[in-house]
Amino acid sequence: MKKRLLSIMLVAAMVGVMVMGCSQKADNGDSGDASDSGDSDLITVGYAQVGAESDWRTANTESFKSTFTKENGYELIFDDAQQKQENQIKAIRSFIQQGVDYIVVAPVVETGWETVLEEAKAEGIPVILSDRQMDVSDESLYECWVGGNFIKEGEDGGHWLEDYLKEKGMDGEEINMVTLQGTIGASAQVGRTEGFANVLAENDNWNMLELQTGEFTQAKGQEVMESFLKKYDDIDVVIAENDNMAFGAIDAIKAAGKTCGPDGDITIISFDAVKAAFDAMIAGDLNCAVECNPLHGPRVAEIIQKLEAGEEVDKIQYVDEELFDTSMDLEEIVKTRAY
Amino acid sequence: MNKKKGRKSILEGTGFLLMITIALFIVMYVIGCLLFADKGFAKPQVFINLLISNAGLIVIAAGMTVIMITGGIDISVGSVVAVVCMMLAWMMERKDVGAIPATLIVLGFGLVFGLFQGFLVSYLKIQPFIVTLAGMFFARGLTAMISQDMISIKNEMFLSWAKYKIVIPLFGRVNRRGEVMYPYIYPSVVIAFLVLVIIFLMLKYTKFGRSLYAVGGNEQSALMMGLNVRRTKLYAYVLNGLLASLGGFLFCLNTCAGFVEQAKGLEMDAISSAVIGGTLLTGGVGNVFGSLFGVLIKGTIETFITFQGTLSSWWVRIAIAALLAFFIILQSIFASLKEKRK
Repeated sequence: MKKRLLSIMLVAAMVGVMVMGCSQKADNGDSGDASDSGDSDLITVGYAQVGAESDWRTANTESFKSTFTKENGYELIFDDAQQKQENQIKAIRSFIQQGVDYIVVAPVVETGWETVLEEAKAEGIPVILSDRQMDVSDESLYECWVGGNFIKEGEDGGHWLEDYLKEKGMDGEEINMVTLQGTIGASAQVGRTEGFANVLAENDNWNMLELQTGEFTQAKGQEVMESFLKKYDDIDVVIAENDNMAFGAIDAIKAAGKTCGPDGDITIISFDAVKAAFDAMIAGDLNCAVECNPLHGPRVAEIIQKLEAGEEVDKIQYVDEELFDTSMDLEEIVKTRAY
Repeated sequence: MNKKKGRKSILEGTGFLLMITIALFIVMYVIGCLLFADKGFAKPQVFINLLISNAGLIVIAAGMTVIMITGGIDISVGSVVAVVCMMLAWMMERKDVGAIPATLIVLGFGLVFGLFQGFLVSYLKIQPFIVTLAGMFFARGLTAMISQDMISIKNEMFLSWAKYKIVIPLFGRVNRRGEVMYPYIYPSVVIAFLVLVIIFLMLKYTKFGRSLYAVGGNEQSALMMGLNVRRTKLYAYVLNGLLASLGGFLFCLNTCAGFVEQAKGLEMDAISSAVIGGTLLTGGVGNVFGSLFGVLIKGTIETFITFQGTLSSWWVRIAIAALLAFFIILQSIFASLKEKRK
């Protein structure tokens, strides 16, 4: 009997510890909120993020966290969905019940959002999409979308090549090029291919030998580039639709005994412009990188301020994106880069 | 002999374990209400959302409980959910199959899938872990074979099921537009509860239900009592296959989409919910309502994290791990204490 009593007490103690653990954990966060709950003029924003799968994504998260601060008049509720759509749906439902003023979603997938967006609409909470689009039948379910203009990125890459060839006095010559495409169907692949093709059509002397997917990975990019080099002996330009594939292509070119970069045989244009791409440009392996800007926070804040003032906003909002090449002072620029 | 005694005594302790699970849930929820009172944690809709978001998981955990009572395990259910969502989306959007036939087809698929796995487990005596591991790979691969693209469901009848709000005319409150909002549930919640009640009654009062406990408690004695052990196990897997596909259907009502990566790791959520709810991995002990509270506890932790707003959502996993360890230790303490008393 004593033992039984002891066991019950033990259990009670364990439950007690658990509960205290829970409450303490929540307390830490709550004490911060409680002191501010007097400031009712804070705008509450719930951000349902995809996850933390890449440097780009982490920079995107940081951009939101540093923009929506208490000093700037916001309270940010951040949720990492761990790449799961059902987690994002749960997070949005939770935001709705917390009565946030705005919901920002970077959807994991493009589909299946109608029910939960209708719940938000019924509560009168505006929804802003970041990065990826949503495939919904009723566009009034969200206010607007903020993200990169992939077509413009492709065109920027093409125009850079026009200028570069002119500078080198090669604008009349026959230029042979190949493209390492991203994962077929991904919006970055579709937009960048289309954008570059627009510029390609304006230049009769450009000859696109082949387009093949390297699935956005370094290994596949290298493999595809190796086969390109075996097939064609006079490749002048390589378009890699992201940095990782460009790194793979650089390895393949070097392995084949050729050179690339500003002083080499082959010109390489890459997209995304992550830190490693700057290193490759500084090392003289890569010619040019077109940025895919993850810093959506300030633009979203701008839109929220407009909506607060009762203004209309455009349905599609592109973030500013730049282009970097080896003629710039890259070592200085890279110090200011967030990712 | 020792083993058998231990089992029997745990059976007596399970009521108490279930009580602890329920008490823990209530305590956690009350703490949430107190801590996040200003953010509206206490709203009825917050609790209802636990059920809406987890309706599929509740049904899947019920199926998992049945399997675990027989001493087995099924790790294929997450992939089955993915393939069910994909089949539904693909049939309705690409092949113009109606919502009702598509639903019946996926339920039939679950039944056949369960029958096949059950046959391998019960008649060929292969380890359930290995059989369902193969099933997990197969179903995930099949999902990708049907389509590697995301398919969004736009079938009107299906969407009307998904969006059909059952309004509860109680606890109304005014939203920011000045309209009165009442709490609402979706049909998926009703289906999940119906399933829970049916499985509960089946386990408690039918011959099949009692045989499941007998087979899981001690297969040898069940055989000697004249029970058809193999058939009982087979039926358990068939039932679980059906529940997995039904759970997938409810999951699909929530997400309205099919894609390859869907519901990854859902089987582990189902298993952990069952264990937190007092079901033993060794078989012979378990209760579907315990599993319901296991799911609700997981949901409450998730709600905590989103209401708190700054903690990483990965804390949910750590909290679940702590709870699992707590309940497993508790179960073994009970087993050894009672044994000593005898």
